[in-house]
Amino acid sequence: MVINNQRSRLSRIKWNHFANYIVIALSTTLFSILSFSGNLKISTIYLLEKISISILLALSLSLVVGFLGELSLGHAGFMCVGAYLGGKTAALLEPILGNGILTFIIAIAVGGAVAAVCGFVIGLPALRLKGDYLAIVTLAFGEIVKSIFQNTSADTFGGALGLKTPRYNREYLFIYAFIIVIVALAVIQNLMRSKHGRAITAIRDNEIAACATGINVTKYKLIVFLVSSLFAGIAGVLYSYSNFQVQSAKFGYNYSIEILVMVVLGGMGNINGSIIAATLITFLNLKLATVLTGDLAVLQNLLYSLLLILIVIYNNAPALSRVRGKYNLKSLIAKVKKPKVDPAIQNDDKAYWANIPTKIEMDEIISVDATPQDPYKADPPKKEK
Amino acid sequence: MADYLMETKDLGISFGGLKAVQALNLSIKKNQLYGLVGPNGAGKTTVFNMLTGVYKPTFGNFYLDGENLTGKNQETINRKGIARTFQNIRLFNNMTVIRNVMVGLSSRPEYKCSILTSVLRLPHHFRIEREMREKAKELLRIFDLEDDRNNLSCNLPYGKQRKLEIARAMATNPKLLLLDEPAAGMNPNETTELMNTIRLIRDKFDMTILLIEHDMKFVSGLCDELTVLNFGTVLAQGETRQVLNDPNVIKAYIGE
Repeated sequence: MVINNQRSRLSRIKWNHFANYIVIALSTTLFSILSFSGNLKISTIYLLEKISISILLALSLSLVVGFLGELSLGHAGFMCVGAYLGGKTAALLEPILGNGILTFIIAIAVGGAVAAVCGFVIGLPALRLKGDYLAIVTLAFGEIVKSIFQNTSADTFGGALGLKTPRYNREYLFIYAFIIVIVALAVIQNLMRSKHGRAITAIRDNEIAACATGINVTKYKLIVFLVSSLFAGIAGVLYSYSNFQVQSAKFGYNYSIEILVMVVLGGMGNINGSIIAATLITFLNLKLATVLTGDLAVLQNLLYSLLLILIVIYNNAPALSRVRGKYNLKSLIAKVKKPKVDPAIQNDDKAYWANIPTKIEMDEIISVDATPQDPYKADPPKKEK
Repeated sequence: MADYLMETKDLGISFGGLKAVQALNLSIKKNQLYGLVGPNGAGKTTVFNMLTGVYKPTFGNFYLDGENLTGKNQETINRKGIARTFQNIRLFNNMTVIRNVMVGLSSRPEYKCSILTSVLRLPHHFRIEREMREKAKELLRIFDLEDDRNNLSCNLPYGKQRKLEIARAMATNPKLLLLDEPAAGMNPNETTELMNTIRLIRDKFDMTILLIEHDMKFVSGLCDELTVLNFGTVLAQGETRQVLNDPNVIKAYIGE
């Protein structure tokens, strides 16, 4: 009885809710084994770090764009704040604490916290502004942050030359980064799969109704902006560690758009989609940059944009809906694992009309040449095709 | 004052020079079905918007259970016990039916669960979720929507969407329910069904209901008392039958 109970509890766990953690954890383990055994090229490790940063950014932005339904074009700004503040903290702490895990954690905390404060400040106008207007405010924020750091003196934040930040052991950094990704994923996923997440999606779907249903819209909007910018800031700190140099020119409008592209391609409000899109886009970007060199470098942006257009068309064009229905992940998974249908288990609730034979089929089943054909019986109605 | 659940005292609002509603005095007893009728543009929905905090009244006050709620924001008023539905249905379209109701439940104090508890997935979170789900199912059963609970709310037929909106409002555990044209766009069968549902709510939850409606059969069959508004002022007030036979009211509706 006890075993039975335990089994039912185990089977009650929705494993597909954890699929993304498992995939990320397994691939991280695989890559770290490869890395420790010395089979990983530096360029691959660099790519992994970039991918983890992109996933973190896409996850955090999808909270604002996908779940709250507000357009934010200044996500790179939060990242910039995190990168500079975290990088500076690490640079200051390096002589005292050494370049160890402690410095890393403190830098992450500082970068994330300052970015979160910025997110809170940007969240305040978000309560009054809607749609395009908020997008412009966030856009302006990103540009302001960028130019502030650009115009600092050389001994504070490095100015236009950029801030030098400590190097971190390449073998470990991407593992830490992916651990942070898993933590962020857990926080965002758990938040969205709770009553608070329902409230946030309710605000997206219909703000007036959400207000009238007693949801504290102010609170939830601020929380979303805060959490989102916190993780963007942490991604910035990771970036500073991965690049060991922070240049504010990198965090321009283009970068914000690139993050937005990841979220949109992954499907608004689809966490796993954002992760996949972030991985693919980062991979594509870096590969194109390494493959197309010399004269062909011009083609880089062209190819990238072309691919984006094709992906968007494939995902959304009504004319391609048939193709999409045939070749997608769901049908692929369904092909691989056969649905287990046990008629004994199938209770009434799950009984599916298509599985129940119609009257005519029933007659055919029963009349296995034993009963003579009734000559007066009307022809069975033709089945519609 | 204690006799009345809801009272408004000289309630009014003006938008610039336009006085949309003036000197409205409503007194609604507990467990009463109260109707607010009037021609188009009379200011009925404006009254609802004032009572739910969408607009801040320019003049006067309103009280729920003797507590002055004038000028409070929407969320506070909802938590104090006024819930509403909308003239044009406003559901959370991309959510399933049961989740719509669970959103309504989430502001109740008995389902309090901090964000940290949810993020850390403490046992309290799971207990609250389970309780909310059960409660939502219970509510949906009353409104005969239990079988549709896993459908997206935008895929429901119109009549059921109306019901769901009422169910969501009821989920916030109100003392007073405001229904803005609940029967608009319904066929006669659906209207009769809705009348039964509204009576059921009143009896089962001991609810006080204030409703706006144009369908006079609906109003006369349901409401105990009426207030007729015309151009923002009260035209007639009192028992339903009396009010509907008032020559002034007939004049306002169908002319001389």
